[in-house]
Amino acid sequence: MNERRNSFLAAPYLVWSIGFILIPLIYILYFAFTDASGTFTIGNVSAIISYVNIRALMLSILFSIASTFICLLLAYPLCLILTTVTSSSSAFLSLIFILPMWMNSLLRTFAWQNILERKGVINGILLFLHLPPLYIINKPPAILLGMVYDFLPFMVLPIYNSVSRIDKDLINAGRDLGADYFQILKGIIWPLSLPGVISGITMVFVPSLTTFVISDILGGGKILLIGNVIEQLFTQDSDWNAGAGLSAILMIFIVFSMIITAKYDREDIS
Amino acid sequence: MIKKLISVLMILSLSFMMISCGHPDGTASGEDTLYVYNWGEYIDPEVLTMFEEETGIEVIYDEYETNEIMYPRIEAGAVVYDLVCPSDYMISKMRENGLLQEIDMDNIPNLKNIGEDYWKNSEEFDPGNRYSVPYVWGTVGILYNKSMVHEKVDSWKILWDEKYKDEILMQDSVRDAFMVAERLLGYSMNTTDEDELQEAKELLMAQKPIVQAYVVDQVRDKMIGNEAALGVIYSGEAIYTQRENPDLEYVIPKEGTNVWIDSWVIPKNARHKKNAEKFIDFLCRPDIAYMNFDYITYSTPNVPGRELIEDEDIRNSPIAYPVLSDYELETYIYLGEKADRHLNDLWREVKSY
Amino acid sequence: MKSFFGKMYLTLVLIFLYAPIATLMILSFNQSKSRSHWGGFTLEWYTGLFENEEIMAAFRTTIILAFLSALIATILGTAACTGMQFMKKRERSFIMGITNIPMLNADIVTGVSLMLLFIASRVSMGFSTVLLSHITFNIPYVILSVMPRYRELNRSTYEAALDLGAEPVYAFFRVVLPDLMSAVLSGFLMSFTMSLDDFIITHFTQGPGFDTLSTKIYSEVKKGINPEVYALSTIMFLTVLVLLFFVNYKPWGKQPTGQIKVMTKREVIVSSSGRGGRL
Repeated sequence: MNERRNSFLAAPYLVWSIGFILIPLIYILYFAFTDASGTFTIGNVSAIISYVNIRALMLSILFSIASTFICLLLAYPLCLILTTVTSSSSAFLSLIFILPMWMNSLLRTFAWQNILERKGVINGILLFLHLPPLYIINKPPAILLGMVYDFLPFMVLPIYNSVSRIDKDLINAGRDLGADYFQILKGIIWPLSLPGVISGITMVFVPSLTTFVISDILGGGKILLIGNVIEQLFTQDSDWNAGAGLSAILMIFIVFSMIITAKYDREDIS
Repeated sequence: MIKKLISVLMILSLSFMMISCGHPDGTASGEDTLYVYNWGEYIDPEVLTMFEEETGIEVIYDEYETNEIMYPRIEAGAVVYDLVCPSDYMISKMRENGLLQEIDMDNIPNLKNIGEDYWKNSEEFDPGNRYSVPYVWGTVGILYNKSMVHEKVDSWKILWDEKYKDEILMQDSVRDAFMVAERLLGYSMNTTDEDELQEAKELLMAQKPIVQAYVVDQVRDKMIGNEAALGVIYSGEAIYTQRENPDLEYVIPKEGTNVWIDSWVIPKNARHKKNAEKFIDFLCRPDIAYMNFDYITYSTPNVPGRELIEDEDIRNSPIAYPVLSDYELETYIYLGEKADRHLNDLWREVKSY
Repeated sequence: MKSFFGKMYLTLVLIFLYAPIATLMILSFNQSKSRSHWGGFTLEWYTGLFENEEIMAAFRTTIILAFLSALIATILGTAACTGMQFMKKRERSFIMGITNIPMLNADIVTGVSLMLLFIASRVSMGFSTVLLSHITFNIPYVILSVMPRYRELNRSTYEAALDLGAEPVYAFFRVVLPDLMSAVLSGFLMSFTMSLDDFIITHFTQGPGFDTLSTKIYSEVKKGINPEVYALSTIMFLTVLVLLFFVNYKPWGKQPTGQIKVMTKREVIVSSSGRGGRL
């Protein structure tokens, strides 16, 4: 295929991506480094070190590390189990894990409110069993639970993909050589599934870091994450410069995770 | 196999399209439209239908949760509404920032139905009554559940009582939250004194560990569902919540509270001013004002409309129509851009604490 | 014994995944409007749903938006992939680099950046701005679904068609496109799904009188959800369930990865990165 002129087919998308992907990002940087009157300032970006913002950012980082870790902890054994069952039911099972995504994610998150509430489903069951009630709604565990719930599939799918691609002969060979299950897990499965683990981690980390919806619905307005601060600056304070400043900070984290994935991809090829 | 799945889903989505051929959005730009931006659950939907049928004007209706959410959307100008229903202090903010245009009161004959007192109160934020027409009014108070609170409730103080840890719902809007703390401290709810504001902030921070949640409209459902014992709420919700849950009681605390008016205003960039005035006139009709009251249960300033309320207990209810001179009441005033931002920052400090 | 624990674990995770969905479904039959107590069984929300103009309008908007944005994104994306085949590697990596941005960027940053663009260019926000935004975040899904297929494509058939005197355009539609079709369609479906479920980007780019189901639900969450929304989502969920069941029933487990690819959100990233395809 040497007709270079055919590459014009990519032109509409190129124009589109510059207009709607690159330029908007430049706008963020422009707003981030100017004040309302359009003069240069670094105040919007350096505002991150103010007590409220740094606390929100730290809290977001803590939450996203915790939710990423829990997702990994839940997903890994799950994928191991899924790959051991026969292939027909494993197709069925992976279907089952994806199906919930077809219900509106806001509604599913909201449903946790019903479940966790003081007079909610869980407390109804606990009351029936004469057990002490569980009050975690509007507290950090509820937000963590919401994050794990919403983002678990993003961890399960990549890990499942890489685990299921592992050659069974390798595992059998390991077994023939007398390795026990944990040795096989440590020596063969884990290293080979690492690509999936890393993509899972980046895919859970970024959305948990930047969410404002989950903390909004399950946090009762008591816990402010960096996403909430940005959302409020835009929709309530109409302080676009301040909001853009904090968004620019978030972009640093995202670029960081892009670099990790890109670096990893290259290793994968070689 | 994938193809099969895809074709089935394609057919499905196409058939969805078939059933759903209609306006994909509300951006019809014809003459016979009216863009209304109102509080959530703040009108009887039947009223909108009636208006559309009587006048042939199509109403495109949007809702907001707080004044603070509404303001930037109007200010940005990217969103053009013909009619908005902000509260008092927000009206003066919009007026001072040149976001409003004068209403042609001659086009609204039904204005005569609005009680004299309300026009007088409106003067505070709209001198000369040129920009706004009162829609509903009320107070802010405490709604409590008699089955959970067995003491006399008459003070904001109870919202700081450790006994009710995790049983308290606070308003998630800057002015209302600060008002509670400022009144409890004996300050004006319009204070801009830095020391007083800091003190109010500290007080709100001290309260935070015992607050169950900061919410706005959810106070209503949570109180009805017995999720909390005490909640800060607008008087208009009290009658509705009592209908649903007879254990609930509304009080105006003795330290005083905010009395507010929400009025219709026409933004400067409105495209359908005539229609907006027609709509205001329609809402000022006594039968319509009554219909709205019955649905949203917020007090109407419409005098003949109030007379139509059959239930005498409600018509003369101390909740909907308190004797104003019995309480220490104050109306919010606009504090200016700088003080506003500062207050927002303080509130964020409270919430992130 | 091990398999017993395995089954137990699977069951627990499944309960975790489906508890909220079951709750919503039960609530859709609850007579009481309050979500905290059971007021008896009713179908009234299902009948009321079709008369509720607001919800139906939001539903229509959501479907039309998803369909249009997926369609346009599919056309633009497929054309771009085709064009990129004729490019030098460096140019191609540049475009793929841009393509990765919306996939990896946080939704809030994408939403905010588009909002700033629209505000700065004084466009009045509404259906069109949301449509533009949805197309923007959908194209990468199409590209990342079609690109790998191009790599697997056998060029000799296309070249043979040219040698036999076929016009390039004709050869493309008769020889290349049929091979790409499943990837193109799965890109379309993925876009459709992404658009259907998006809240954050729509939240920042919407205008007056405009609601998708997601934004409608978000505002309802704040003021108390109308049970008709539960009814609608139950219907939508069950429709998809039944469809997937029928489609999957016969060739049970024949091509499990294929099914996943069609249905999931970010799985393209996963599969393409797994193959080292991301540039």
